[in-house]
Amino acid sequence: MSGAFDYFDRNRDTVLEWLGWHAWLSLVPVVLGLALALPLGWLANRRRAFRAPVVAVAGLLYTVPSLALFVLMPVLLGTKILDPVNVVAALTVYSVALLVQVVADGLAAVPEEVALSARAMGYGPLRRLVAVELPIAVPVLVAGLRVATVSNVSLVSVAALLGVPQLGSLFTLGFQLVDTGPIVLGLLGCVLLAVVFDALLVAAGRMLTPWRRAVRAS
Amino acid sequence: MIGSILTWLADGAHWQGPDGIPTHLVEHLTYTLIAVGLGTVVALPLGLLIGHTGRGTFLVAGVTNAMRALPTFGLLVLFVLLLLPHVTTDLVYQGPGEAVLFLLAVPPILTNTYAGVQNVPPEVRDAAEGMGMTGPQVLLRVELPCALPLVLSGLRAAVLQCVATAIVLAYVSLGGFGRYIVDGQQQRDFPQMASGALLVALLALVADGLFVLLARLVVSPGVSGRAVRASRPGHARALARARGRFHPARSLTDARP
Repeated sequence: MSGAFDYFDRNRDTVLEWLGWHAWLSLVPVVLGLALALPLGWLANRRRAFRAPVVAVAGLLYTVPSLALFVLMPVLLGTKILDPVNVVAALTVYSVALLVQVVADGLAAVPEEVALSARAMGYGPLRRLVAVELPIAVPVLVAGLRVATVSNVSLVSVAALLGVPQLGSLFTLGFQLVDTGPIVLGLLGCVLLAVVFDALLVAAGRMLTPWRRAVRAS
Repeated sequence: MIGSILTWLADGAHWQGPDGIPTHLVEHLTYTLIAVGLGTVVALPLGLLIGHTGRGTFLVAGVTNAMRALPTFGLLVLFVLLLLPHVTTDLVYQGPGEAVLFLLAVPPILTNTYAGVQNVPPEVRDAAEGMGMTGPQVLLRVELPCALPLVLSGLRAAVLQCVATAIVLAYVSLGGFGRYIVDGQQQRDFPQMASGALLVALLALVADGLFVLLARLVVSPGVSGRAVRASRPGHARALARARGRFHPARSLTDARP
């Protein structure tokens, strides 16, 4: 433990830079993934014919190990092997695969009478989605986002094998120096990031669903 | 670039010897099967027991959440360095390697077994008890067969998780397909790296397919709904509706490195 803090004191700037990269590499794919998964999940829920193929493709993509995707991305994108874009692209694919099913499940769980009431009140399809269905799906979406974000934090660290700088670099560094200090520091950093992201998502979920608290209070 | 990968894979020299594809395949499978085997021995009875008695559910959520946040790669190098001064044999690498894979295999088996038993409809359990079955009989002859689809999806998740993560074992001088990725990175040999990645991806897809087949073989047709579907289509739809809460379509499984 003390070795970890010693290492941090001596290499504060580098470690903080890696922490920043790590946060960036784990969050951007979730944001992009959600942006892509919302329309796809909506479509899968709306049109039955889309549901089976979308879920099947998502399952298949989710089966491919993410480290293998990191390595294969340059083949698909024409990027350099050390380019952090590979990590972002691979984890985006992964996050989309997870979140498409979450979005479809969340929208499917909206009670039919609620959707019908909104329609009776004159809500068009888009307004109904944004103002009624998505807010009701928030708890399911948050649960999916928590899984995607927290596992991304752990997955990003593996990119150190390819030499992409982030907290995982502390693992390879510690191994080369035969020093547990940087390794423990890296583990602490990853867990800290995961806990912070998780707490932020839970807080955001609560802020977006004030009616749930109202029910609990009364 | 795809051409260079195919050339690498087609090269006969890469299919033999201690650094050949068959050798690394066997190593990769061995790491995975040992870890999943040990994980099953620990997590399956535990999950059955927690699901059956309803006691210790906090353990399930706690274990899963904690493991999701902990980076396996970091744990691996930490364990190796901690063992290094005390162990002089190759176990200093194999022990931590199997240990981290084991830690990954336990949560999906545990949560899915627990969820499977938990999701058995209470009336089914009551009927079994009404027929005079004892607690262990209910568990083994009713709850386990009903939970089998979820238990298998837990095993599948564990296998895929280990196949994916066994790559990082190569970093601490162990074998498996990860060798091509780690060596390729050090030698700046991209075709070798990409071939290794492709082989791991293929292995994962094959393992996934095998689990689909296995589920068809071992899950009772009465539970999967295949027997009914074949004979009476209308009935099968009604059954599927009734089963909505019984078979959660999918449990959220963890992402894999």
